Amino acid sequence: MSTLLALPLHQSATVLDLATPVDLTRRLAAMGLRRGCQVTVLRRASWRGPLQIRVDSHTELMLRRIHAAFITVSAEVAA
Amino acid sequence: MSSARHIALVGMPNTGKSTLFNRLTGGNARVANWPGLTVELATQRVLLGSQMARIVDLPGIYDLSGGAEDERVAQQFLAATPLQALVVVLNACQLARQLALVLQLKALGAPLLVVLNMSDEARQAGIRIDTAGLAAELGCPVLAVSARLGEGVAELRTAMGRMLQQPDPHTLDLSRAAPAADWHAQEVALWKRHVQHPPTLAAGPTARIDHWILHPAAGLPLFVLTMFALFQLTFALGTPLQDGIGDLFSWFRGAALQPLLAHAPALLQGILLDGVYDGVSTVLSFAPLILLFFMLMAVIEDSGYFARAAFMMDGLMSRVGLDGRGFVMLMMGFGCNVPALMGTRVIRDPRGRRLTMLTIPFALCSARLQIFLFLTAALFTQSQAPWVLTGLYLVSLLVALGTAWLLRGRQICSEPFALELPPYRLPLWRQMFARGWGECRSFLRMASTMIVAGVVLVWFLTHYPDQHNSFAEMLARAMAPVLTPIGIQSEMAVALVFGFVAKEVVLGALAVITGTEGAALAQHLAGSMDHLAALSFMLFTLIYVPCVATIATVRKESRSNWFAAGSVVWSLGLAWVLCFVFYQSARWFFG
Repeated sequence: MSTLLALPLHQSATVLDLATPVDLTRRLAAMGLRRGCQVTVLRRASWRGPLQIRVDSHTELMLRRIHAAFITVSAEVAA
Repeated sequence: MSSARHIALVGMPNTGKSTLFNRLTGGNARVANWPGLTVELATQRVLLGSQMARIVDLPGIYDLSGGAEDERVAQQFLAATPLQALVVVLNACQLARQLALVLQLKALGAPLLVVLNMSDEARQAGIRIDTAGLAAELGCPVLAVSARLGEGVAELRTAMGRMLQQPDPHTLDLSRAAPAADWHAQEVALWKRHVQHPPTLAAGPTARIDHWILHPAAGLPLFVLTMFALFQLTFALGTPLQDGIGDLFSWFRGAALQPLLAHAPALLQGILLDGVYDGVSTVLSFAPLILLFFMLMAVIEDSGYFARAAFMMDGLMSRVGLDGRGFVMLMMGFGCNVPALMGTRVIRDPRGRRLTMLTIPFALCSARLQIFLFLTAALFTQSQAPWVLTGLYLVSLLVALGTAWLLRGRQICSEPFALELPPYRLPLWRQMFARGWGECRSFLRMASTMIVAGVVLVWFLTHYPDQHNSFAEMLARAMAPVLTPIGIQSEMAVALVFGFVAKEVVLGALAVITGTEGAALAQHLAGSMDHLAALSFMLFTLIYVPCVATIATVRKESRSNWFAAGSVVWSLGLAWVLCFVFYQSARWFFG
């Protein structure tokens, strides 16, 4: 158990739960970031900027750190 | 009377709806690799088979209940218009998350036609889609299309023509729509049955480019360098063209117009030659620069670089109360402030949106760019000019961000937002040219109406009641106490007043006021202004009110007269104070 914010770079994990604001949760679901999907943090922007996240293998998106802190993921052991 | 038969294009942001719309209609809706560019409805009548239909390009929607203003525009249209067909445009690479929208619409009984766009990209990524199976299960036609390459567009036309045969159009009852989340399980099942993915996707070229473009240290300098290269290239390629056109205009004046009008009354000669012709020809010589600038801009817009810029700048932007999207709007404002202001509709939080709207009028738009190109070329050396120009762009950004920082209030912008980072795409000549030509055409339309009217008016103001005591002189005298402390000569006052209406008029007005055009105007200005005065004039022109159209858009988008008035007062005040500080301190330092 970890949050998306704390997930080390380039480590794949499964999303367990989203406690983000309702609007954002809906938007993220439409972008494919929902319970059960695979996520990887590709990089973090400077000045405490957003995270670049790959969702499954089809979408890349940016998400602010304050919101990534509300997404729980299960970190798998990297193969 | 046959009522219009409507066909709407719907889909998530950045699935290529506008590109497809252009393919189908031959129109030139603006396209960019940036989610949420279409904020207004673009419509076009098209002949499909033997029947006319009106095709409508809707702003992107993630589902049927989104709350941002651009999404509401789409929802309102869907709820109010009887549709002959609803073309759902999906990104073929992202079906795992886009099929829910189809299921949601299908449940409402809409006559659907599903387009799997970007099928060329899907093919390249090794994704195989069983379109026949999907069509059977969804109970509607499913077509693989690449709007960029034009693949499958003819088949789509035929299918759309068939939909027109259906007797009754359908109006959607959006209130009955089940939440998108209800469809997710079915979406995944559909996807698993009909889409084959390669087991692991190789890190594509996008990842390799991102490594440098988004590099923590090199990323931002690289972005600034890219923009600088764009200006430099515009200069290098455009200036010879501009000179050529200028020479052509002067030659035509001397060889044809002067002899032709030699026996006309002096008044008519004055208006036509010194007024309209000098003014308009000075302005028109900028057409090649406009064309080039926007063709190059289209390359950057189509590539997906702007979304990366939003990523890099969001941390900084959040500190001044904006977000990464605000930065991209500013970049778009570099083209024209009006569409950038409309683009703020993707921002949901009204405070955040208003703050972004306050910053956009400071974005150095193409109309102001003309003035600066002319003045920098006239007063600075070839090697200095690009630096002066880049400096002006930096000032434009700093003033915009500073404004946000000062007026942000106590609230830190924390609007929840997530933005897609689309894969990089190469520009198409077609789109580059469409963009450049589109801007050029609206510029020429301006030149033929507003600018002609403007320069004629300026000519009257400078020649009546008589040349030595004209209205322009009176205006100049009245404005002198305000303009002298910031180093702007009073003869520029009239140009600034007309710049309030449209910046495109300023150069034409200067040509009329000084009674010179083209190269002679440049020489006249070089003789009457030193570097500091020119910089102060450009600084003032950059910051004071952009143009009437921008003010009108601010009013329309904010739905508040007070907000629009406040925005104008703020920019006028700021322009004067900054120029005063700059000019007086520079004079003090350099004597």
